[in-house]
Amino acid sequence: MYEYDQHDQAMVEARVAEFRGQVARRLSGELTEDQFKPLRLKNGLYLQLHAYMLRVAVPYGTLSSAQMRVLGDIADKYDRGYGHFTTRQNIQYNWIKLSDAPQILEDLAKVQLHAIQTSGNCIRNTTSDHFAGAAADEVVDPRPYAELLRQWSTFHPEFDYLPRKFKVAIIASDTDRAAMRLHDIGIQIVKNEAGEIGCKFFAGGGMGRTPMIAPCIAQFVPALQMISFLEAALRVYNRHGRRDNKYKARIKILVHEIGVDEYARQVQEEFAHILTLGLEPPPAELERIKAMFVDPGLESGLSDDLDLSDPDFALWVDQNVHAHKQPGYAIVTISLKPVGGIPGDATADQIRLMADLARDHSLDELRVSHAQNIVLPHVKKADLYRVWQALVEAGLATPNLDLITDIIACPGLDYCALANARSIPLAQKITDRFADIGRQRELGELKLKISGCINACGHHHAGHIGILGVDRKGLENYQLLLGGAESADTSLGTITGPGFSEDGVVDAIEKVTDVYLAHRDEGERFLDTYRRIGMAPFKEAIYG
Amino acid sequence: MSGDKIKVITGSDLRSGDVVWWTGEGWSRHVDNAVGVEHDAEAIIARENAKQVVTDTHVIDATIEAGAVRPAHIKDRIRALGPTVRLDLSLKPADPQAGTWVI
Repeated sequence: MYEYDQHDQAMVEARVAEFRGQVARRLSGELTEDQFKPLRLKNGLYLQLHAYMLRVAVPYGTLSSAQMRVLGDIADKYDRGYGHFTTRQNIQYNWIKLSDAPQILEDLAKVQLHAIQTSGNCIRNTTSDHFAGAAADEVVDPRPYAELLRQWSTFHPEFDYLPRKFKVAIIASDTDRAAMRLHDIGIQIVKNEAGEIGCKFFAGGGMGRTPMIAPCIAQFVPALQMISFLEAALRVYNRHGRRDNKYKARIKILVHEIGVDEYARQVQEEFAHILTLGLEPPPAELERIKAMFVDPGLESGLSDDLDLSDPDFALWVDQNVHAHKQPGYAIVTISLKPVGGIPGDATADQIRLMADLARDHSLDELRVSHAQNIVLPHVKKADLYRVWQALVEAGLATPNLDLITDIIACPGLDYCALANARSIPLAQKITDRFADIGRQRELGELKLKISGCINACGHHHAGHIGILGVDRKGLENYQLLLGGAESADTSLGTITGPGFSEDGVVDAIEKVTDVYLAHRDEGERFLDTYRRIGMAPFKEAIYG
Repeated sequence: MSGDKIKVITGSDLRSGDVVWWTGEGWSRHVDNAVGVEHDAEAIIARENAKQVVTDTHVIDATIEAGAVRPAHIKDRIRALGPTVRLDLSLKPADPQAGTWVI
C-alpha cells in the first residue's frame, strides 16, 4: 500500500490546521455561513437533515488495518457508534459536531486519511476495482495509477472550480467491477499487441437525472502520458462545460451536445499541446509508487484445500469468496447487508473487528467496494474458517453477495437533505420479503439498487432491478426500473411504468422475480432473461 | 390533512448541527415547542442569523394536530423526529411507534 511521504503528510496537516482556523472563525461569528459553507464542503463536511455529516475519502477503496481501526474509533468518539460505507468507496459519519470536525481531521491525518475534495465542484476521490491487486484477470494492479491520480488531482489549482463535480474511476481488467463507464472519466488500463501498458479512456458517463454510458474517446494512450491526457480532457471540459445551469453542467452533457467525435478531437488537440509542456510526472514517481504495491507478502506453495463439511461455512464460501491470483489464497467479501439491516452501515465494533481480521489474516489490507461491502483481499484458504467464525460472531457473515438482498441503497430521506423518499426502510422490507437464502440463491445474481432521489447515489439506473424514490404530492412514491447493469455489459434501466407505494413496490419486485423464474433458460441470470424477453412480460405481471 | 395551518421557523444549531425550532423566545430541539410565526418570520430570521448561533434558518409549513405541531412535509417530520430506521437515535427512543407519526 502507498505510504505518505513528507510532502503528502505536510499537505494534509496544513489543510487540517487551515480548517481548524476556519472553524474557529465560523464559531466566533467572524465568518458567515455563506462564507464558510464552501470551505467546509471542500473538507467533506455537509449539513444534513439531523446534523453535520463528514465524508471521509478512502483512496481507490484501499485501507490498512490501522486506518480502518481509526475509522471505527471516530465512530465511537465523535459520532454515535457507527459509520456508513458509500457507493463511492468512502465512509460517512452522520452525527458530527462542527466543533469536533478539526480534531477528527487531525485524527485521520495521523493515519494518512483525509476528507479533502469529497464535496464541491472539483475532482472527487478516484475509485477503482475493489479486487485490485488480488484478481487474476487484471493487466496490472491499477492502484499505483490511481494513487498517481490522487496526487495529481489533490489541490489541482486549475480544476478547483469546475462547472460541476468530477468523478474518475480506473480499472485494469475486462471485468468491470467499478462501474467505470458510469463515471465522468473512466480509464481502463490495457496492454497492446506490443505488450505495452496504456490507458483506454471513456468520457461523459454518469447517473443522476441524465444517465449516460461513457463512450470511448481514446483506445490507447501510453501509461506514461495518462496524466497529460486526463489534463487535456479536464481542460476541454473546464473550457466549454456549462456553468449557467447546474443540471447541464456535467461533462456528459458537453460530450453529448458537441458529440463524442468533436470532444475527442479537442482533447487530442489539447493533449498534443500539453505534451510539449512536459507536465507529465516523471516516470520515476510512478515507479516509486509502484514499488509500494508490488508484493503485500503473499506466500507461495500454499494448499488450495478447503474443508467444506460445515454447510453454513460452505454456503458462505460459495457466495462470498472469490478466487485469488495466488494459489492458496482467496478474496473474501464481507456483506454489510444483513436481512433487515441498513445497507453499508457498520458499528464501531464491527469496523474494528474487520480491521483486526485484515491485520491477522489479509496482509493488513481491506477494500471498500462500491456495492457498500468490505473486502479482505488476501486471505489464506487455511484461515478462511477462522475468519468466517469471527464474522459470524459479529453478525457479518451474511452469505448474500450479488443476491437480491445485497442491496445498494443511498441514505435516502432518513438522513439526506436532498432526498425525496426513504431508501433504507424499503431495502429492509425487500430483504425481509426475500430473507430465505435458498430462495435468494434460486434467483441467482440479481443486483437491486435504490436511490432516494434523482441524483442516483444508490445507482438505481444500473440495477438489474432499480428503484427511484420520488415525491408525489408530498407522499413517497417509488419508480421501478429493469435491465440496468454496471459491469462490462453496462446498460441503463428502463422505467416499468407508473410508480408504487413502499409496500406496492415490494409486491411488484416479487412479481418481477416470478416472471424471471417462469421464463428463464438454463444458466440465465435475471439480466439475461430480461434482455432476451424484454419488458412486456414484466409489465403485464406488474400492471396487467 | 386537518388542523390549523401555521408557519414555523427551523434551523440547525451551528455548533452541534442539531435540528432546532423557534419557540418565540429561543430555540428548542422539540418541534412541539415551536410557535407559529405570522408576518414577522423574516425579521426573526434576520435577528437570529445575526447572533450566529443557529444556521440554515428557514420557514416551513405545519399544522396543529391535537394541540401539537406537525410539519406539513415528510422531510421536516423526519428532521423533527430523527431517522425512522434508527429510532434509538431519535428524539423518542422509547416509543416504538414514533415512526408512524412521520408517515
